[in-house]
Amino acid sequence: MTRPEPQETPSGAAGAGAGPDAPSLADLRNCIHCGFCLPACPTYLATGQELESPRGRLHLIRAVVEGRAEPTGALLGHLDLCLQCRACETACPSGVPYGRIMEDARASVMGQPADDAPGRPSRRPAAWRLRALLLRQVVARPRALRTLSALGRLYGRSGLQRLLRGPLARALPASLRRREGQLPDRWPAPFRASGRLAGPAEAGRRVALLTGCIHGEFFPETHRATVRVLDRLGIEVVAPAAQRCCGALHAHAGDAEAARALARANIAAFEEAGVESVVVNAAGCGASMKEYGRLLRHDAAWAERAERFAARVRDVLEFVAAEPFAEPGLGPVERSVTLQEACHLAHAQRIREAPRAILRAIPGLRLVEMAAPDRCCGSAGLYSAVQPEMSARVLEAKMGDVASTGASVVATANPGCTLQLRAGSRRHGVDADALHVIELLDESYRAGAPRGP
Amino acid sequence: MQTNAPAARNDAATPPAGDPPNPLRGDPALRAALARELRAIVGAPHVIDAPEELLVYEYDATIERARPDLVVLPASTEEAAATLAACARVDAPVVPRGSGTGFAGGALPVAGGVVVATARMTRIRELDAEERIAVVEPGVINLALQQAAAEHGLRYAPDPSSQRICTIGGNVGTNAGGPHTLAHGSTVNHVLAVELVLPDGRVTWLGGRQLDAPGVDLRALVVGSEGTLGLVTAVCVRLLPLPEAVRTMLAVFDTVERASEAVSAIVERGVIPVALEMLDAETIRAVESQARLGYPLDAGAVLLAEVEGLAEQVEEDAATVIAALEESGARTVRSADEEAERERLWEGRKAGIGALGAISPNFYLLDGVVPRTKLPAVMREVAALSERYGFRCANIFHAGDGNLHPNIMFDELEPGSSSRVLELGGEILRVCVEAGGSITGEHGVGLEKRSYLGWIFDPPDLDAMTRVRDAFGGSGRFNPCKVLPVSHGCAQGHAAEAGAAALRLARAPGVYL
Repeated sequence: MTRPEPQETPSGAAGAGAGPDAPSLADLRNCIHCGFCLPACPTYLATGQELESPRGRLHLIRAVVEGRAEPTGALLGHLDLCLQCRACETACPSGVPYGRIMEDARASVMGQPADDAPGRPSRRPAAWRLRALLLRQVVARPRALRTLSALGRLYGRSGLQRLLRGPLARALPASLRRREGQLPDRWPAPFRASGRLAGPAEAGRRVALLTGCIHGEFFPETHRATVRVLDRLGIEVVAPAAQRCCGALHAHAGDAEAARALARANIAAFEEAGVESVVVNAAGCGASMKEYGRLLRHDAAWAERAERFAARVRDVLEFVAAEPFAEPGLGPVERSVTLQEACHLAHAQRIREAPRAILRAIPGLRLVEMAAPDRCCGSAGLYSAVQPEMSARVLEAKMGDVASTGASVVATANPGCTLQLRAGSRRHGVDADALHVIELLDESYRAGAPRGP
Repeated sequence: MQTNAPAARNDAATPPAGDPPNPLRGDPALRAALARELRAIVGAPHVIDAPEELLVYEYDATIERARPDLVVLPASTEEAAATLAACARVDAPVVPRGSGTGFAGGALPVAGGVVVATARMTRIRELDAEERIAVVEPGVINLALQQAAAEHGLRYAPDPSSQRICTIGGNVGTNAGGPHTLAHGSTVNHVLAVELVLPDGRVTWLGGRQLDAPGVDLRALVVGSEGTLGLVTAVCVRLLPLPEAVRTMLAVFDTVERASEAVSAIVERGVIPVALEMLDAETIRAVESQARLGYPLDAGAVLLAEVEGLAEQVEEDAATVIAALEESGARTVRSADEEAERERLWEGRKAGIGALGAISPNFYLLDGVVPRTKLPAVMREVAALSERYGFRCANIFHAGDGNLHPNIMFDELEPGSSSRVLELGGEILRVCVEAGGSITGEHGVGLEKRSYLGWIFDPPDLDAMTRVRDAFGGSGRFNPCKVLPVSHGCAQGHAAEAGAAALRLARAPGVYL
């Protein structure tokens, strides 16, 4: 039997476990292999394999950091199959910061030079590099995104999408048909407003809204609902024009450099706005912005600003639940609703009660809890595109849970989940629409009495 | 063996003399051929043979590591039987594995070989609410069975603290207990029959659907055999009705000793709570650092006591228990019968061992048993020994049945710390045995405690156990180097062996019987 010598300083095979972004051994050593994370992990539940469990992945990362294993394609494939939903963090009795270990691991793989030694191929898998490129060149560039969403609207509104989902469905090969099924089927006008969006004329409380990247182009209704709700609460809402994509997807994909550049741009943009809070209605973005402090910890010029900024970030549900939102004015919303807790709200931001408090306050709305509401739906940022098979397996389990509640609405808190759950409803013939919790609150306000004098 | 040496024994081509033979080591062609054969049986994705992937099957919840040669995950009894037959044909060692949450090294392939993991055998084949029995596959999670039974107003009594992830197969292997062992007994009291794949691949059922099956009770031999007799592929368990009422009480004490005395005070009053658990100050601090559950941070120890039954009886029993607690010097006693509050109190107990990971990089968890009346004296000695060795020790355990779980906290990066911890562990177990107790209550003997078996069994007893093991046909090939001591199969293994040899009991072996 062997007991590998733990090492104080990471040696790291081929540098994959080294560098400024290397996972910290102190973080890794918190794991005592108790296995409590296993039943919380969607990929472990789907496969029964330790390799696809948080405990297994932490062990693999540690083995690379300690130089006991090479970061082979197979090994990195297991890291890549992780949804980064962080349900394991909620389940972990030892407080292992799994999310940041996984981000660090991916970043230290991506941070290697393209050719680390003569005659030795780079350890960065081609697919990882391609993903990072896509994130930098499309997601982080408003112009590219706008072109893409314009094409989408053309596709959706011209009737081509309806044809390809209907009479011409067989014309597409199965794999393409499945990918097409992941696309949105609603194409409302994008939300591209900036500056002052709403609020009372007199100077009062002021917040800024993260309008984000994909969000404003593909889920503009959530922004509109958010602005209306905040307006209703008498709070001024601004959207700094200089804000950028939050960089969450970049950080998840291990492109720490791009994530840091976006973080700096956002910190500067929002500081300028002089607001009490930065309100975010995408749980994944909010989680990532709350972690800007850590992201920029090695940057002397920005570390402190980043911490200050992060402390002001609020998920919209967290923000609204702390306000007197339920005072007279809520109208009836006669719907049965089940809540899909966004992973990055429940597990990364540890916000469980706020969405429920809001839903319960809406008259007429029946909240029917599903089994495992905090289990990932398989969207996970880019995951549904990068790992379509596992994403579909995770979604299938989720849709079964949704269906057995009989609810007509799945309430969410993140655009990716909304998209995924709508695709899931179509694919599995479940009659449930996915809407952001804030949209349901907005609906309730609009159904209620107009605001008093 | 040096505990901290980066020894390559497990990866070496030839194991040291005396280990059971493993033809897969040093014969890559044989290993590859077996992998191919297993893939044909269970499907390619369910056989693991890449070295960097085998890494994740080298651990359980101990700090020991041992990498297997192959891992296979069968999905049915048929696949499991064909797998075992294939292994038998090439004499490959076989190590069954559930969720890998054991604290005794039972699932570690110390001699290499094929790990057969049951994580895909997760069907509840049958749940007969009227007969109050269930037939489940070994990979079914304990909590999943509890939940399925609860839908019918029933429960499966054994509830190890790791119940949210440990498997029924693993529970059978270790004869697992849990907080409610005090009232309901351990796994062996709830297993009616097992479906066993013998080491040669034949399948047999042992036991029956009723209690007291006629003939020699072979079923009971399998429960607690830690995978040395064969692979359990289904378990027929007894279910009990859920109690009408449950009351959980939390009593706060200034010292562990006071709390220990309260245990006997309760029992002396003629009430046996269904659970009686202790958490000491170190444990409370760890638990509260991870989740605010409402345990008092300034307590020396808390006792968690639970009574259940008919509503009137519970009222009466609770009053008796509270009186006993208060008379034994409890600072406060809190009572919870709301499900949510009870769950919160239990959460601290069930996540307690895991929470220690947050306050210490490593810990060594012991599983000694002492007679209830000796608790105060033994706890005093455990504290004194830990202090003498210079380690912090957290205690979280089943006080009612005297099943101690001292957790010695240490940092394996400190040179020599691991071997000193093992030495201290040996000393503590010796105290338990000398007090008339045992070396394991529920975690199993596994790898780490087999050397101590000689403290409680005479050589003829051990020989008899070896002959029983051999009768099943897996001699030394099925979970090799586990349970039985050195001279009964393996040359060496756990570092505790050296410690065990050095420690001398004050009494002759056999005191246990």
